[in-house]
Amino acid sequence: MSDLEDLYQELILDHSRHPRNFGHIEKPTCEAQGYNPLCGDKINLSIKIQDGVINDVKFEGSGCAISTAAASMLTEEMKGKKINEVDPIFQAFHSLVTGSDKKTDIDLGKLASMEGVKEFPMRVKCATLSWHTLKAALEKKEEIVSTE
Amino acid sequence: MKKFDPHALRREFPIFNRKIFGKPLTYLDSAASAQKPRILLESLKSFFENHYANIHRGVYLLSFEATEMYEAARNKVAQYLGTQNPKEIVFVRGATEGINLVATCFGKTFVHEGDEILISHLEHHSNIVPWQMMVEERGAHLKVIPINQNGDLDLEAYQKLLTKKTRMVAVTHVSNALGTVNPIRTLSDLAHKRGAKILVDGAQALAHAPTNVCELDCDFYVFSGHKLYGPNGIGAVYGKKELWEKLPPYQGGGDMIESVTFEKTTYAHVPQKFEAGTPNIAGAIGLGAVIDFLKTLDWESIKIHEKNMVDLILKGLAEFPQVKLIGMPTQRMGVVSFVIDAIHPHDIGTILDREGIAIRAGHHCAQPLMDFFKIPATVRASVGIYTTPEDIQTFIVGIKKVLEVFKL
Ligand SMILES: Cc1ncc(COP(=O)(O)O)c(C=O)c1O
Repeated sequence: MSDLEDLYQELILDHSRHPRNFGHIEKPTCEAQGYNPLCGDKINLSIKIQDGVINDVKFEGSGCAISTAAASMLTEEMKGKKINEVDPIFQAFHSLVTGSDKKTDIDLGKLASMEGVKEFPMRVKCATLSWHTLKAALEKKEEIVSTE
Repeated sequence: MKKFDPHALRREFPIFNRKIFGKPLTYLDSAASAQKPRILLESLKSFFENHYANIHRGVYLLSFEATEMYEAARNKVAQYLGTQNPKEIVFVRGATEGINLVATCFGKTFVHEGDEILISHLEHHSNIVPWQMMVEERGAHLKVIPINQNGDLDLEAYQKLLTKKTRMVAVTHVSNALGTVNPIRTLSDLAHKRGAKILVDGAQALAHAPTNVCELDCDFYVFSGHKLYGPNGIGAVYGKKELWEKLPPYQGGGDMIESVTFEKTTYAHVPQKFEAGTPNIAGAIGLGAVIDFLKTLDWESIKIHEKNMVDLILKGLAEFPQVKLIGMPTQRMGVVSFVIDAIHPHDIGTILDREGIAIRAGHHCAQPLMDFFKIPATVRASVGIYTTPEDIQTFIVGIKKVLEVFKL
């Protein structure tokens, strides 16, 4: 597969065209906005937490295929996860998309399909915007997080 | 004057020997910054190897030579802009700093509570934000000349917006996002009739044709060297002499003073008054060398050639029903902006990059303009004096590839 076909593989195109969990949770436990000033990508992530577990998570916003697919997959993978599982998964995902060879045995599920991003360093921020936003929401940061 | 041949001219730009992902470079982002001719590299090398010293300071030969070269560059800029008086040219870092300088200094002298500054909906952030900052400080108001769906200024609305309270009209000569060419002479005549001054942002326009500030009858004209095939970190502001003389200094420091005591400082004359500190000496000299080079070119042929290249892009894109052009200005220079349904400009940019094609994807520092068209971003292809029909062909094939990758 060429770098491009790998980056824009079927699963990613599908998630970018038909994002899952798109919308806003009514009365979320916490939420945050993410913004990538370089691309103008904007995202809002709202989360419902119960007993330390992410019960529901939704996102809305506009962005490129990579950031939309990454956000969509994030919502799928994070549902049902404990809050203290988020950090290690984010670390593993970050290593995956930056091509760092830190070994982990964390199962990234569908998120693993984003490995192609590692050949496109300029697009790492697109893939991680929703993750930074998730972390900000969990830390209940009020301000908009920026990738810069 | 040499007969214009884009392929021959291209050979004067060493970057085109570079391969991008194994492919020849197809550079369609000159509107962001233009590539550099060999003559620029040679002039910089020669300056640093033979003449470098600080200017306006030393009594020794090197400093004398560097000063002469710096001031000769000012002369060249003045002539290129069509004024006989080099004292009307102030060197700055670029268009952004130039607009900030004028907004700040003009504001201090001429703008009072309730006054109005007029900009247009086409402006780059650098011709919006400095005015916003100034009117806020002065208790004045910012008004915006509207545009139509083609991306042309609404001249009727402009006339209505011009009032006794208008102090300054700040408009771009050519829009960096749509390519719209504004009718500057008409705008300046109307502004002057109302007693307002006009600043023209020439960052885009100057790269596509030499201009004449006297014919435009503008009060200020700003540009960046790096978009004019020159170095970055250098640009200039033309201002009418009588206006410059009424403005207070921008920054304080060395070179901008006549005499300093702890009680009182008197300022140097224009233009030194606005050039505090050691300036970008090499940048100015390099810009002068590039202007010498540009003056040898046949601009009538280049204008036709660049228009042909833009038309080729428009014709090529018309083959794709998925492509939607943004802006159809009556008069266009250098730039084509478009979107493709269901593909974000950044994804298009990434795929084209792998084909060696450099285009700009984003809001082009013109977010209010993007809001007007209700889009977050566009893809922008822009041409320069070295653009060839082969570049456009490669680009159109690249767009086909984009559609393939996205299975559209
Ligand atoms: C129309 C216009 N004005 C101003 C600027 C700012 O120029 P610079 O970034 O060189 O100061 C640009 C460049 O992006 C431009 O295209």
